[in-house]
Amino acid sequence: MDGGLSGQDPACGAGGRAGSRAAAAAALGAGLGGSVQVRHVDAGSCNGCEIEIGQAFGPVYDAERHGVRLVASPRHADVLTVTGPVTVNMAQPLRATYEAMPRPRLVVAVGDCARDCGVFAGGHGVLGPVGDVVPVDVRVPGCPPEPAAIVAALRGVSGR
Amino acid sequence: MSAWVTAAVQAVLVAAVAPLVIGLMRAVRARLEGRAGGRLAQPWRDLRKQLRKEPVIPADAGMFFTAAPVVLMATSVLVAGAAPYLSTAGPLPGVADLVVVVGLLLLGTVALALAGLDTGTAFGGMGASREMTIAALVEPTLLLAVFALSTRVGATDLGAIVAAGATDPARVFTPAGALAAAALAIATLAEAGRLPVDNPATHLELTMVHEAMVLEYAGRDLALVEWAASMRLTILLGLLANLFIPWGVASGAQPAALVLAAGVFVVKLAALGGLVAAGEVFVAKLRLFRVPELLAGSFVLGLLAVIASSVLA
Repeated sequence: MDGGLSGQDPACGAGGRAGSRAAAAAALGAGLGGSVQVRHVDAGSCNGCEIEIGQAFGPVYDAERHGVRLVASPRHADVLTVTGPVTVNMAQPLRATYEAMPRPRLVVAVGDCARDCGVFAGGHGVLGPVGDVVPVDVRVPGCPPEPAAIVAALRGVSGR
Repeated sequence: MSAWVTAAVQAVLVAAVAPLVIGLMRAVRARLEGRAGGRLAQPWRDLRKQLRKEPVIPADAGMFFTAAPVVLMATSVLVAGAAPYLSTAGPLPGVADLVVVVGLLLLGTVALALAGLDTGTAFGGMGASREMTIAALVEPTLLLAVFALSTRVGATDLGAIVAAGATDPARVFTPAGALAAAALAIATLAEAGRLPVDNPATHLELTMVHEAMVLEYAGRDLALVEWAASMRLTILLGLLANLFIPWGVASGAQPAALVLAAGVFVVKLAALGGLVAAGEVFVAKLRLFRVPELLAGSFVLGLLAVIASSVLA
């Protein structure tokens, strides 16, 4: 880590190149064959997105019926969901989690903060959007995104 | 020769049905919780995908880590082939012996516990120590509960016990059989890592037992471990079903009898699995230090069953 100050990236708005990556994710999703294990990392979120992700796996939206399951270890996971702007302290754990996942592996950035730092852009200790730390395949916009949008994104990855 | 065919059919059937049992239990649980839940074949989809993914070996892991999935799977396949699920006339009468079956299951447990230690992570070691604590209390209960039946039959061969139960139930099943069934049921839940001893759906590392040991497995290795774990549940549920409801098990290797036995076996498994899943909705996981009390209780039930069936009857 080269200190917190250099981490405050004013150009915290790089949210492009989503289209081609989404297509690649859909192609990869076909390889997953309707089974997706999700590992979640909160890289500095306000926990609003976490509540919505919790809802996506609750009785109402029930992502499990589409073959999506939350798991306890990145080694078991195919998909890494990341929320929040990546803070300086969470950048290394996020990289380590990504590195621990077996290939093929996908990253879903959930929420506006994960896309472009949202309201935290330029804040103290904010390193940048998720795309600056690990390659992002799918982005889910919203502050926070609705559970239905999260389920739709995960279904796009699982192919079901 | 035909006995070997029976054994192969048994092993394939248990291997094929085991993930479906897990899928059924998850589906029953989801319905009772008011969710739609996944499909019955979802565990098979998970396995298929994991088999295609790359395995990741942690930097500090050694021989035990790479060997454990294979050992676990091999012992499960051996027990699935030898124990009396479809036919009481197995090819390896020595392996269908109660003590050997419990020993083989314990070999798989120890292999996985060593693998958990081998990763060098805190949770792996914690899960391994918990698994060994539970195994030390469960294995004697497994033995004792079945001894209650074997004292009546005069043999520890599981095939002979099932055959005697089907032909002469009055001789084998005494009221002590109910005690033995209760003891074996509790031991089965503990050995297979189900509630209230272990929660297979937990994400909380501090409460994990089986899950904590397999946290570092990925891809193909994980698929083998998960598949073998589901086979162990099927093996234990199948033993429980066939020892105490021995009807429908073939006595030879006639194809028609085997097909009928397979149908009956699947129905028994589905009923038991559904019952376990329905019960799990209503219980919470026991605090770890309470688990020995539950297992000691099941051991006492087993002991009473043995005494009652050998002395009183």
